[in-house]
Amino acid sequence: MSDLRAAVAAGVVGSDESFRALLQATVETARAIFRAKAASVFLLDEETEELVFEAVAGEGAGELVGKRFPADTGVAGWVLVTRQPLVVDDLTKDTRFSREAAESTGYVPRGLMAVPLLDDEQTLGVLEVLDRPEDSAFTLAEMDLLGLFANQAAIALALLQRARRARAALEGGGDLASLARFAERLEEADEERRAAGLALLAALGRLL
Amino acid sequence: MAVVAHETNEDLPAWSLPAAAGDSIRLASTWPAHLSREWAWGGATGAGVRVCVLDSGVELDHPLVGPVQRSVAATKTEDGVVVADDDSGDLCGHGTACAGIIRALAPEVELVSVRVLGAGYTGSAAALLGGLEWAIGEGFDVINMSLSTTKKQYVDRLHELADRAYFKRTLLVASAHNMPVESFPWRFASVVSVGSHESPDPYAIYANPRPPVEFFARGLNVEVAWLGGGSITATGNSFATPHVAGLCALILSKHRELTPFQVKSALHLAASNVET
Repeated sequence: MSDLRAAVAAGVVGSDESFRALLQATVETARAIFRAKAASVFLLDEETEELVFEAVAGEGAGELVGKRFPADTGVAGWVLVTRQPLVVDDLTKDTRFSREAAESTGYVPRGLMAVPLLDDEQTLGVLEVLDRPEDSAFTLAEMDLLGLFANQAAIALALLQRARRARAALEGGGDLASLARFAERLEEADEERRAAGLALLAALGRLL
Repeated sequence: MAVVAHETNEDLPAWSLPAAAGDSIRLASTWPAHLSREWAWGGATGAGVRVCVLDSGVELDHPLVGPVQRSVAATKTEDGVVVADDDSGDLCGHGTACAGIIRALAPEVELVSVRVLGAGYTGSAAALLGGLEWAIGEGFDVINMSLSTTKKQYVDRLHELADRAYFKRTLLVASAHNMPVESFPWRFASVVSVGSHESPDPYAIYANPRPPVEFFARGLNVEVAWLGGGSITATGNSFATPHVAGLCALILSKHRELTPFQVKSALHLAASNVET
């Protein structure tokens, strides 16, 4: 039933592009607020147990989206699994981390803030903010701010996932697809046709 | 019939107390009229106390961690969670950081690492529960859990394990969340839950008059042990938690007779914001 609703909603709302834009806006804002070199959102792919770069602002933007790495190791993996936010500096001293970062992203951050993206009991992914200015001391108020951003990013990520599931249902053919196409056409129709379509739907509702 | 549970079988609880039997369970107490930090942990080293770090593993031979008596890993298999000896060290750096904080506060504790990270994302909650159950069975004095789960299906089991630990005199010290989410086990009354304060004093704790977060400990810009034998600066409730675990180890090494309830009371009375 949730797929049906999502499919119909997608027919009305349109593409997942707007949710992707919302996510991108969130990482851009996070980067600006924390005066950081980069900010990114990783989406958890539960099937492959990998974290996927979903939105990137600053360093690496444009190249990293779509890149993947294992979801149960490293700082991001720890944050994802334990649901605990974490801020670490001087990461360049961690040679294994530096090597892996250099190999996978080409950029070795000095420090990072990582926070889980939670939607009720689900962990959807991780928000990371890389390299705040060296001269500013970190405070717990910033940690709380990071949590607020994570909340916003989690909502955007949940919407994006829902839209993608809806799109998959649409493109999959079958009953759901035809129903969604109907909703889409209804949305596009002129006033007279839409009123007729809605009357037909109401009649169908009574019949069912 | 007199009931003297502590002299017969530690596992057998006393369900009732017959008339006039109060004298037979008289407990020795050195609890002072005014409890100070000095009484609580002054001169203590953690000697004789066993502390378990349930985390990402602990790097072996790290100079800031010292000897780790045993390292095991909890992994999910088709037959359930298996806990076995493990030499893969730390998959993140976080467990090493926690172990280093505990070692710095309580240099003579016995440290054991239970790695629950690396079981894959979907196996992680099961590994966490399996690792915790193993640690409670091993009878550690203190278990440091800088982690939590949001999965509601595990809450009942986790609650049961937290209570089991409490009655077996194992202190579970767990990180609170600074995000508006329902997560566990830190919300349970049978654990010691920890958030962060901004003071650099590793011994300073604050009692929270508005739980569920019960104590605040050092969690901001902490110099912690990390992978590769070095150290980094880190922030998070997950680093405040081992500070309280270390203090619990100190208190227990000096006052072996204290129950988790009493250790929590001692922490409260030794808090920087509690007038004595």
